Amino acid sequence: MRPLKTLKKLYDEESQVVITEKGSPPRALFSGENFLLEDLPVGTRVIFPRPPLEGVPNVKAAIRWAINHPEGMDPLHALLRPGMKLTCVIDDISVPLPPMATPDVRQSILEVVLELCADSGVDDIHLIIANALHRRMTEGEMRRMVGQKIHDAYYPDRYYNHDAEDPDGITELERSPCGSHVVAVNRRVAESDLTVYINVNFVPMNGGHKSMGTGLANYASLRAHHNPKTIRDSESYMEPTKSELYRRNERIGKAIDKHLKVFHIESVLNNRMFGPATDFLHKKEEDYTEGDRLKFHAMRYALSKMPRAAARTVLNSIPAPYDVTGVFAGATEPTHQKILEKSWQQYSVPVQGQSDIVIFPIPFISPYSVNSILNPLLVQVMGLGYFFNLNRGVPLVKKGGVIILTHPAFDEFDPVQHPSYIEFFNRVLPETRDAVKIEQKFEREFAENPSYVHLYRKGNAYHGVHPLYMWYWGENGRQHAGKVIVAGAENNHVPALLGWDRTDTLTEAIEEARGFMGRSASISLLRIAPTVMVDVK
Amino acid sequence: MDAKAAFYDVDGTLVKTNVVHVYAYYAMNRGSLLGMAGRTLATAASVPLFAAMDALDRKTFNEFFYRYYAGLSEDRLISVAEDMFEDVLKPALYEQTRDLIDQARRAGCRIVLVTGALDFSMRPLARHLGADDMIANKMQFVGGKATGKVIPPIIEGANKANAIRSYCVREGLSLDQSHGYSDSASDYAMLSVVGRPTAVNPDMRLRAIARAYNWPILDLK
Repeated sequence: MRPLKTLKKLYDEESQVVITEKGSPPRALFSGENFLLEDLPVGTRVIFPRPPLEGVPNVKAAIRWAINHPEGMDPLHALLRPGMKLTCVIDDISVPLPPMATPDVRQSILEVVLELCADSGVDDIHLIIANALHRRMTEGEMRRMVGQKIHDAYYPDRYYNHDAEDPDGITELERSPCGSHVVAVNRRVAESDLTVYINVNFVPMNGGHKSMGTGLANYASLRAHHNPKTIRDSESYMEPTKSELYRRNERIGKAIDKHLKVFHIESVLNNRMFGPATDFLHKKEEDYTEGDRLKFHAMRYALSKMPRAAARTVLNSIPAPYDVTGVFAGATEPTHQKILEKSWQQYSVPVQGQSDIVIFPIPFISPYSVNSILNPLLVQVMGLGYFFNLNRGVPLVKKGGVIILTHPAFDEFDPVQHPSYIEFFNRVLPETRDAVKIEQKFEREFAENPSYVHLYRKGNAYHGVHPLYMWYWGENGRQHAGKVIVAGAENNHVPALLGWDRTDTLTEAIEEARGFMGRSASISLLRIAPTVMVDVK
Repeated sequence: MDAKAAFYDVDGTLVKTNVVHVYAYYAMNRGSLLGMAGRTLATAASVPLFAAMDALDRKTFNEFFYRYYAGLSEDRLISVAEDMFEDVLKPALYEQTRDLIDQARRAGCRIVLVTGALDFSMRPLARHLGADDMIANKMQFVGGKATGKVIPPIIEGANKANAIRSYCVREGLSLDQSHGYSDSASDYAMLSVVGRPTAVNPDMRLRAIARAYNWPILDLK
C-alpha cells in the first residue's frame, strides 16, 4: 500500500491550489514586459490556472453543427433567402488576449457562414467590427482576423469598423422620455433583415446581450450602464446574476431582440495562451523541468536587457495557440448560457475563504492595449477592474484588505491609441479620484472633445470618454481594498496619482501589507496568466 | 457647462495652402492682361523668397506682402476673393475639415476662424464652412481703395492669442473650455492660451511641442 504521505502529495499535485512551504520554488510572475522570480512567505496560497481543456477535434464541423442545431431559433440556412440584406458583426481585437494564432476562430466561423450565404443567394453582406468606443482596428489587424481571402473580397467597402460617432451611421431603436436611456445600434445593422453576431468568448463577461448592446452602440446608449453607479452595484463582472452591468445590458439586449433579428454564433476558447517556447508558464513551478527553468531564465534575461519598446514588440508578436472548446448558436440567452458553462469549466478554481493580502501579477497586455502600451490607467483597470473581479461568490481579497500589483507602473502613454488618457491622467486625477465627481464634471467634456472624436473616427484612438470608463471600471476594487501597493514601481508619481503605495520589491510590498493587516495576515497569489478565476467558498 | 468656442487657424490647418498662395492668386488677377503676365512672372520668381520670409518671420512677411494690395478697390478685392475661394481654397480643403468642424459644433462650440490673411479673402471660406465668426487682418481703405496697410494689431503669433483672449472676454466664452487648432509652431501662443489645444498636421517644431505637452495631434487628409 502506498504510504499516506505520498498519496497526499499526489492529491496536491492535482489541485490548482498550492500552499507555499519551506523549500518551495520561487514563483515566475509577470511584471509588465518582464518577469519577477519571487520567493513567497511560507503559508502563501498560490492559485494556479486549470490546465487547458481539450479543444473540439474539428472546428469547422463544430461550427456547422452549431448553426444547424441552434438554441431557440431556426437553423441559419432556414433564415436565409435570396436578395436579403445580411450583416455579420464580429468581436474586435480586445479578445482574446493575446490575439489568437491564425486562423482566428472568427475567420473559421465567417468562412462557414459566408459559404452558406453564397449557396442561399445572399449577396448583400457587410462585415462590421463591433468595436463600440474602442479604437478602430488597423487594416493589417483586420486582415489577420478574417484571413486574406475574405479581406480581399470585402475590405474596405463591406468590411469596416463600427463608428459610434457617425451621425448618419446610428439608428435609435428606443429612447426614454428624459433621454437618459437610449437603445441605439449601427444603422446598417438596424436596416438588415438578419444580423449574424460572431463572438469569441474569452471571459464570462463577454458575449450574450453585451455583444449587440455594447459593441454596436453609441455614447448616448453606453452611458446608461458604463457609469460609477452601475459598477458599484455589480458584485462581480464575471457572474451575470450578480452584475448590475449585465442586467442593464440585458434590458438593452432584449430591446434589440424585440426590434431586430439576430442570430448569435458564440465560441469559447481554452486558456492555452502560450505556445511551445513559453508553455512552461502553464505549469506550477514545482513541475518545471530543467529545460523549462533554462527557457524561463533565458527569456527573463533577454527581456530585461531589451529596451522596453522592443520587449513589448516581441511579446505582442507572439500569438496564442488557443483551442476552440465549444461553439453554440441561436437566440441570445440560451446560446450564451451554454457558453458560460464551458467558460467556468475552464477557468473556475474553488478556494476556501478570502485572504487579507492578494497578489495580482500584471502582464504586458490588456483588452485595450493590444499592439500598444499598458499605460498607468490600464494597469489600474487590470488590477482593480478585471483581476479583482475574476471571481464567483465573493472577491478573493477581504474587505479592507491589501491588493499588491507587480508592475513597473511606468509613465508611458501611446498618443496614437490613447490620446485622451494622457489628458485624463495629467489633468483629472491630480484634481480628484472620485469616480462620481469625475463623471459629473468631466465626462461630457471628454466624450465630446472634437479632437478626440476625430482621432477615434479617423485615426486608431480610443474614444475620448474611454479613460473615464477605465477609471469607473476599477471602482469596485477601489471601494473594496483598504490599500493598494504596486511592487516594482519605477517612479513615485504614477502610484501617487492613482492613490497607491509603492515599493521596490514584492518582498517589501508584502512586509508593508503585513504591517497594515497584521503579522498573521493570510496571503494569496493568483498566478495569472493564463486566465484563472476563483470560486470563493 | 460654460459657453466655448473652437478657434481654427486656416492656412495649413483647414486648407492645404498657405498665405503665399493667396498672394500669388491676387497678384495674377490684378489688372490688364499684359500686366498680369509680367506680374505672374514676377510672382513666380518671388514666391520662393516669400515662402522663405514667411518661414522666418510671419509678421515682417505679412507687412511686406500686404503693400502689394495698395491701390486696389474694395469691390475688386472682394470679387477676386470669391474667385480665389473657388479656384484655390475650396479644392485645397482637407476632406476631413468639414467633419472636424461639424463635430465641434455638435459639442456646442462656436466656430471661429483665426487667420493672418485678410478678412475679405477668407470670408467665402468662412461662409462655406459655416463659421460663426472670424478673427482676421483688416485692410485699411481710403476712398474705397486699399492703402496697403493693415489696421493694427496684425493678427499673427502672440497677437492671435491676445485676439482670442479678448474675443472670449467680449463674447462671454470660457477660454479654458475652448479649443484651438493650428499647424504651425508660430501659433504656439494661440494654442497655449486655450484650454484644449490640438496640433493639426503640425510642422516639426509644433509636433515636438505637442508631444512635450501631450496635446493631441491630428493628421487631416
